[in-house]
Amino acid sequence: MKSCDTNFAKEVMALSKTTLTRCFSCMTCSSGCQFQHIMDVKPHAIIRMVQTGFREEALQASGPWLCVGCNTCSTNCPNAIDIPAVMDAVRQIAIKENRRIPEPNVNNFHNAVLNSIKRYGRTHKLEIMMRYKLVQRDLFSDMDIGLRMLAKRKLDLRASKVKELPEVKKLFNKAS
Amino acid sequence: MKTSAKENNESLKEFFKKININLVELPDWSCCGSSSAHCVDSELAHDLATRNLAIAPPDKPLLVSCPSCTLRLKQAHLHTLHDPELQNRFHEKWGVPFNPNLKIVHYFELLKDIDFHSLSKEIKKPLNGLKFVPYYGCMLARPPEMRHAENYHNLLESILTSLGATALDWGSGSRCCGTFLSVAKPDAITPIVNEIIQNGIDTGADCLITACSMCQLNLEIRCNLKQQIPTLHFSEVLSLAMGTNKYKRWFPRHLVDPTPLLTRLGLID
Repeated sequence: MKSCDTNFAKEVMALSKTTLTRCFSCMTCSSGCQFQHIMDVKPHAIIRMVQTGFREEALQASGPWLCVGCNTCSTNCPNAIDIPAVMDAVRQIAIKENRRIPEPNVNNFHNAVLNSIKRYGRTHKLEIMMRYKLVQRDLFSDMDIGLRMLAKRKLDLRASKVKELPEVKKLFNKAS
Repeated sequence: MKTSAKENNESLKEFFKKININLVELPDWSCCGSSSAHCVDSELAHDLATRNLAIAPPDKPLLVSCPSCTLRLKQAHLHTLHDPELQNRFHEKWGVPFNPNLKIVHYFELLKDIDFHSLSKEIKKPLNGLKFVPYYGCMLARPPEMRHAENYHNLLESILTSLGATALDWGSGSRCCGTFLSVAKPDAITPIVNEIIQNGIDTGADCLITACSMCQLNLEIRCNLKQQIPTLHFSEVLSLAMGTNKYKRWFPRHLVDPTPLLTRLGLID
């Protein structure tokens, strides 16, 4: 029998500020989730893993990485559990512990966005896409869409910057 | 909205100008953190959002048009309101005390109080003949801590039908567009977007109308159906009804050209 981490639920509840012990596994969250079919472990099962202390399994699952936080599940949850907050917490623990990330492309995209915010205080979409593609070593997929967006002037060449940039930068320095 | 969805930004400002509400951009605003911040670092997400609350004029409502920014800013405000420690953090970080009375409003909250029937003089181009399906995406879904706040289901339909358009019932109006997975997992998002657009077509709609810039973009860039219908920004349609002539800058920016439809209906020249 696998060993269970009895503190895991407390850890996730403290981070997510969510009383996930209320979950009775009705699966409403997963059945309404637009992305459950691409998750290896679906939202209700992630919650179950957290409740029962299957820490390793939860931290390795792709589910939290494919959750976009659209709140469809938490709107539908009969027990008013903030499920995306649970997903945030599980994902953040995995990052903190330098776990292997099951969806590296999702993580690379988040990092590209955050680097842009750190650099400019705002998102510079063209640079985000270029840097994301470089990290992915995949320069050519979506090239057609990128070019169409450029032609339609949907991607500015120059970044719009916050004047008081140090104010934003220091948030990142503390975080790291 | 300043770049990828400039047409949304401009048409929204144009609409409010037409109804005599002057919008002033928050000077030196910074990104709310978007999905990426709360995905990897909740504290950072909170701080990125509160910077905007700190620089907002204390005596004026902070009007937000992006549904996702609205949620991030409202949630950061709510969390700070109920936590003295976060109020100290706010004061230390930004050098101004937390303003518990700051009003953060999505522009829907302004529209809901407008009686469009009484604006009949302002309505230069009724939307007669425009058959649409409303696409809210995830904008009406909220975390449980905010579930008792007022909600705006049916707002797109009620306003646009009062302007002459015909809203059609369908089941895909609140299905998420995929947000960042559109970039990170495009192959998974295309079938989802295709199904949304196809449902719109099967319902008999000429177009989808959405109030979220990101939804609009995702629906356009990820749909690969042979036959497509355009997705219009709510603000563009509102401005058209008010008889704007600025639309020439907006519609060429769409990837799915809405001009044949709008010309056919006589909404543009």
